[in-house]
Amino acid sequence: MYRLHHLLTPNLANRRFARFLERHPRLYRWFTAAEKQAKGSAFGCRMCGQCALPATGYACPMTCPKQLRNGPCGGVSATGTCEVYPDQQCVWVAAYERAEQEGRVQDLTLLQRPIDHREWGKSSWVNYWQGRDDDLWTPDDGLTRTHLVLTDLSSSNGRPNT
Amino acid sequence: MDMTPSDTTPASEGRLHTALRTGRFAVTAEIGPPRGADAGAIADKAEILRDWVDAANITDNQGSHTRLASWAGSILAMRSGVEPVMQLTTRDRNRIALQSDLISASAVGIPNVLMLSGDHPSFGDHPEAMPVFDLDSVQLIWAAKLMRDQGRLLSGKPVKPAPRWLIGAVENPFAPPLRFRAQRMGKKVAAGAEFIQTQFVFDLEIFTRWMAEVADLGLEQRCGVIAGVGPIRSVRAMEFMQSKVPGIQIPDQVVRRMRGVAAEQVAAEGMGLCVETIQALRQTTGVAGVHVMAFGHERVVPELLERAGIPSRTASAIGTGVDDDAR
Repeated sequence: MYRLHHLLTPNLANRRFARFLERHPRLYRWFTAAEKQAKGSAFGCRMCGQCALPATGYACPMTCPKQLRNGPCGGVSATGTCEVYPDQQCVWVAAYERAEQEGRVQDLTLLQRPIDHREWGKSSWVNYWQGRDDDLWTPDDGLTRTHLVLTDLSSSNGRPNT
Repeated sequence: MDMTPSDTTPASEGRLHTALRTGRFAVTAEIGPPRGADAGAIADKAEILRDWVDAANITDNQGSHTRLASWAGSILAMRSGVEPVMQLTTRDRNRIALQSDLISASAVGIPNVLMLSGDHPSFGDHPEAMPVFDLDSVQLIWAAKLMRDQGRLLSGKPVKPAPRWLIGAVENPFAPPLRFRAQRMGKKVAAGAEFIQTQFVFDLEIFTRWMAEVADLGLEQRCGVIAGVGPIRSVRAMEFMQSKVPGIQIPDQVVRRMRGVAAEQVAAEGMGLCVETIQALRQTTGVAGVHVMAFGHERVVPELLERAGIPSRTASAIGTGVDDDAR
């Protein structure tokens, strides 16, 4: 999974492709539908448009009934099942196990910023290639910083509502 | 301290903040608001707890059951002389309403807020309700710190004057993935949590291991760890906690101990166990206090604390020298 991700890393080609798609609404819709199909079957993707998978052990946090993006709630059962769906494994238990196997537990300590609900249904790949997802999470666990930037107060990244 | 609801001056340092800052063993408890429009219910519970706790949590529609609001309960608790910890869950409100409640809490003088995701609506009396969860607990704590320390909303708009309260959070050291729980507390500390209350400690072994991991990360130096405790009142109550309340884990030896005594002895045995747990927690390095949860049995809290050797707050306030436990 982590290796496959390299194919998606933003570069000049896919950035241009993303811009092209956004100029052609019908192509954008087809592309988004294909993304939904692929990520839906692989990860249960809900199309929040702001993909956190690379930092969550490829377990989709939006499939959590509380859509928690920063780790598990306190209601996980002793056997690791969800408090809402007792027959299902907690998304974050799956995330932790996978991250641990891959030596990526530190990813889970990064702080995930609040999402923009206007992005639901949009292509997260296009957003990613366009650099809009650069600030979805912090660069480190923040414990050594005095100020952890939650929101760009100069409001230039287009996320904060003005 | 004059903390009537009409007092609009920002809260000065509260009792809980002082305890955590000075290293005096902190005691918090819980007041669950009533379902009815009954101010007296809060006053009655506050009356029992007043001399014994630094602060009491006012729960926010606990268990997803509709009850009197935590902000109103907090004001009522202050009227009765109990410092509130206003709980705020992300279950029922989006970021607009959450930030609004945080500003309001400071304006009426509520000195402590505690933020958590909250039980899912499916557990409550309105299982058909829309679960909101616009923010998660880490994001809400982060937003609170932004509001207080930088005087800004998530939108970037200024908040003047900025709110002032102590920022609290929760953690469950007993829920999988166990090895991630200290790091998860670390995320809350990085976001701005200054004290953390834990789920019921029935399993001291797991708790001690978690506490050691917390200390490895240096978190207990930056954030007061207040361990959750509470008495088991009956076998039925124990079974309810195990099966109906998410996240509470009771180890086999405790279950055996409670089942091993006659039915009329269970409450006394539960009290004894809770006293022993508090005593053990006081000896555990890094534990800054205890959070006593005795929902519906608030009257036993003073006895529990007294038997555990924790003097009433009035005794410590007049400096009897009884309260000598430093962290």
